[in-house]
Amino acid sequence: MGLGLKMKIQEMQMVMQKHHVPVALRMHEQNGSQKRKYTLIQKNRALIPLFLLLWILVMFYFCCNIFNKMDADAKVRRKEGLESQCDQRARMLQDQFSVSVNHVHALAILVSTFHYYRHPSAVDQETFAEYTARTAFERPLLSGVAYAQRVVHSERERFEKQHGWIIKTMEREPSQLRDEYAPVIFAQETLSYLESLDMMSGKEDRENILRARATGKAVLTAPLAFRSHHLGVFTFPVTNLSFLQSHETRKATAGYIGGSFDVESLVENLLGQLAGNQAILVNVYDVTNSSTHLIMYGSQNEKGDMSLVHESNLDFGDPYRNHTMICRYHQKAPTNWMALTTVFLSFVILLLIGYILYGAGIHIVKVEDDYQEMEELKVLAEAADVAKSQFLATVSHEIRTPMNGILGMLGLLLDTELTSTQRDYAQTAQACGKALITLINEVLDRAKIEAGKLELEAVPFDLRSILDDVLSLFSEKSRHKGLELAVFVSDKVPDIVMGDPGRFRQIITNLVGNSVKFTERGHIFVKVHLAESRKPTMNGTCETYQNGETDEVGHISGGCNSKTLSGCEAADERNNWDNFKHLIADEEFLFDGLVKKVASSECYEQVTLMVCVEDTGIGIPFSAQDRIFMPFVQADSSTSRHYGGTGIGLSISKCLVELMGGQINFISRPQVGVHFHLLQTLDVHKIKNDVRADVRSSSSLRSQPCVMKPVELLHEIPLTRLVSAKCNTLKAVVCGDVYSDYSADMFRERIMVFGRGWSFNIWQLDWKKNGHMLKIPQMILLATNISNAEFDRAKAKGFSDTVIMKPLRASMVAACLQQVLGMGKKRQLGKDMPNGSTFLKGLLCGKKMLVVDDNIVNRRVAAGALKKFGADVKCAESGKVALEMLQLPHNFDACFMDIQMPEMDGFEATRRIRMMESKANEQLTNGDEHPHLPILAMTADVIHATYEECLKCGMDGYVSKPFEEENLYQAVAKFF
Amino acid sequence: MLGLGADLLWADMNRLLAFLFHQGVLDEQFLQLQQLQDETSPNFVSEVVNIYFHESEKLLRNLRGLLMEKEFSDYKKMGIHLNQLMGSSSSIGAKRVTNVCLAFRAATDHSNRSGCLRALEMLEHEYCYLKNKLHELFQIEQQRALAAGVRYPVQNN
Repeated sequence: MGLGLKMKIQEMQMVMQKHHVPVALRMHEQNGSQKRKYTLIQKNRALIPLFLLLWILVMFYFCCNIFNKMDADAKVRRKEGLESQCDQRARMLQDQFSVSVNHVHALAILVSTFHYYRHPSAVDQETFAEYTARTAFERPLLSGVAYAQRVVHSERERFEKQHGWIIKTMEREPSQLRDEYAPVIFAQETLSYLESLDMMSGKEDRENILRARATGKAVLTAPLAFRSHHLGVFTFPVTNLSFLQSHETRKATAGYIGGSFDVESLVENLLGQLAGNQAILVNVYDVTNSSTHLIMYGSQNEKGDMSLVHESNLDFGDPYRNHTMICRYHQKAPTNWMALTTVFLSFVILLLIGYILYGAGIHIVKVEDDYQEMEELKVLAEAADVAKSQFLATVSHEIRTPMNGILGMLGLLLDTELTSTQRDYAQTAQACGKALITLINEVLDRAKIEAGKLELEAVPFDLRSILDDVLSLFSEKSRHKGLELAVFVSDKVPDIVMGDPGRFRQIITNLVGNSVKFTERGHIFVKVHLAESRKPTMNGTCETYQNGETDEVGHISGGCNSKTLSGCEAADERNNWDNFKHLIADEEFLFDGLVKKVASSECYEQVTLMVCVEDTGIGIPFSAQDRIFMPFVQADSSTSRHYGGTGIGLSISKCLVELMGGQINFISRPQVGVHFHLLQTLDVHKIKNDVRADVRSSSSLRSQPCVMKPVELLHEIPLTRLVSAKCNTLKAVVCGDVYSDYSADMFRERIMVFGRGWSFNIWQLDWKKNGHMLKIPQMILLATNISNAEFDRAKAKGFSDTVIMKPLRASMVAACLQQVLGMGKKRQLGKDMPNGSTFLKGLLCGKKMLVVDDNIVNRRVAAGALKKFGADVKCAESGKVALEMLQLPHNFDACFMDIQMPEMDGFEATRRIRMMESKANEQLTNGDEHPHLPILAMTADVIHATYEECLKCGMDGYVSKPFEEENLYQAVAKFF
Repeated sequence: MLGLGADLLWADMNRLLAFLFHQGVLDEQFLQLQQLQDETSPNFVSEVVNIYFHESEKLLRNLRGLLMEKEFSDYKKMGIHLNQLMGSSSSIGAKRVTNVCLAFRAATDHSNRSGCLRALEMLEHEYCYLKNKLHELFQIEQQRALAAGVRYPVQNN
């Protein structure tokens, strides 16, 4: 057997793996397709550094260009400056020179006028010297002037005689024989050494003189070599006007006036007057002979800035001689710092921009990589989630399947002959199995909540029965622990509300389950009332309650006198017994009759329910109170060790409550208890009366005019109250003191409800004392925790069937009361024996049934099921056949009709049957009506809408398709 | 000896049933069906199941035929067939077949041809499996009945 189990488990795993693999594959495929989605930047991630480099290069090039441009600009400016300065200097030099020349010209005219026109001459050496010295300022360029007379050879002797000296050559020797001579006769003092020297003797001078004579204009000599090139001479022909007529200048020339000029000092003077002469280096050249430039000014050695040279032509009025002025800067062009800094800074800025862009690109790539990774992780996580859900689904499915087997087998077992104990055990097992299945479903729902896929339904449900169910679920546990577990539902709470019963039940189960888990002594009290009616009525008089003899541990040891359900202190002070009593009193006040209540419950569209779950457990430490609703968090880690559990319950409850639009909150005092309260707004369901009768298990008691007078121990008054509240039309009178009130009056009542402890002691004497045995009241014993021995004792005392184990459940109380009062036997039978096939058999035996279904298998099964209960079954395979068979008069007692059929579906067939019936009834008119044939729909889906449609077209009920006895019974029982 | 054989067979049958339940091939409806079988109708289950097989094979054939039509598949008709099949399957408690039928019907609702084909294959597979297992079960039961039949007179004596 163990081996078989192992094999099964392996098989299960295999199945799960099989399920799992395709999912994983699909995930991978998705992965692949998602990976293609790259952005532009990401696609070119390798190029990003390249882009940076390119950017830097381009920017470098750009900056270089800018620098070059700026530099070129500066150079052009420099060049222009040089040019303008050079030209200016040249012009000035020229001007000065021409002024000097003009003046010499004037001097020449003076000489010709006063020397040749006058006889005797008005000019002698002294006069000339005097005059020239005094007019020297007019000729700033000339160091001195001299006049040389033209003397032809024939006149030499006369000339020499006249002047008293002989003509000497430049070398100061007597001149040789020549055609003509040009001895200096007048000279400025500065040139006095020239007197009597023949100017024609010097080669250059002679050329000059000849040229001057030929042109009649001033001519310049080349710079004189013997005086360091700086000195130049220019010669001017002096014409004798008396010869001018001949127009032959050669003949007219009487002499020559010459001036020597010192270019160096000349230029120096000139430049001195100009600004910026330090910056500029000026050289003046005589370029008559193009091969050799004779420097006239400036030193050859001083190079200056050779890169930039400007040449200006100088025109000294002598076409034969060319002069140029060459200017250049002293210093080399200074480095252009401004351009350099500008360019450098802009380069740096651009570099930074580039780097920023690069960083941004890298960052984008990184972020997108991360994003991709996240996506992948997300996909993985989702896959894991899917796997988890699948696992959950599979496992719960796998659990459910054998559970179905177990339940089925238990069902079978229950059908066999069993002793009552065995039956009890089997029934308990079945109930537990069913609870387990619901639990598994709930686990699935939890997974659904987490996935956010939970859908709430809105169906009418009975709050009270749900609370009863929850209570019964925990009754065993609480009984075992000796806890008082009680539910009180205010009468004002409507019977049927709209909502999701499963969820509601889940929440309550959670809360109560927690309470049961964490409570060792005391009570757990679930209370439901309308939120509006819960006014804190604190003005209640404080009655003194006497502590009765009790087995409550807390009561004895604690000795505290809290007026709560069990006497233990509760977390919420306001919620004590006083308050509760006032609340009840308030309600009682309103609750004068059923009519009023019905009216009140139906005038509301919505009610806000306050559900309180109060316990006297260990409470929640203050430190943990704010995170108690977080999933998988328990108050502290030791909790799970002590009490077990995962801590998911409360978080799910909170989720659910919030999903349903409610609130959940709690008050807790550590070591005292917790008080959860839950505010939930629900729609009120408008109920039809017949439905109400069904859902209200205790409704059959309503019509009973009996008065119940419970006699209770004081601390159990709440329970009394609960009893009376549950059977809510029964008037209950609470007796304060047991012994004093314990009078003959009591026995007028039909029912007594006893708390235990009390009953055993005084049981005996009651009967005897009263004497008359006419009306023995029915006794009911209430017990929380009862041992077998005690139970036997109770039995002996006469509480054979009438021991109610707490917690009190309405259905149980109702059943007990029904039993005691001997009413509703039939119903009770059905209730107590849901699997009572014998009963069903009795119900259906000999009845003639028609089963209509197109599906032959279904037909067979349905027929088989009905036959088993002794019914005489006929089958029809379609609506049409059924119609024929049901032609009046017929002898069928009921008809089971499949809804989904080809040609004519169940609805249609029913409609026709009903039509037929009504027609026949019209014809008969004599009151002898054809009976209404019960038609029950058979349907696979038991959706509410379908049910309503069934009713609409005249059906009387429905059975869900795979037949279940219980189901069948419930449907059929209405008609037989 | 023979009685022991019957007991063994009984255990075998139960094991097989439990296995089928465990796998989800069958559900409690099958148990219900078995409950309906008593002295008055001793072969009720096998009778019903045989009808079921007969019907189902017809339906499966039809379904395959409908799906194999090249151009056009009559999804509506297929849905009707499936409803039939589903109804009868749930009646005998063939849970997995029912589930596959559900999926199949969803596929026909969406006119999803490939889905239909897949579902049909699965359906045929499940159907064959169910058929084999049930046949096995019935065989064991028959043997058991035989064995028990032998035993009863012994006991009576």
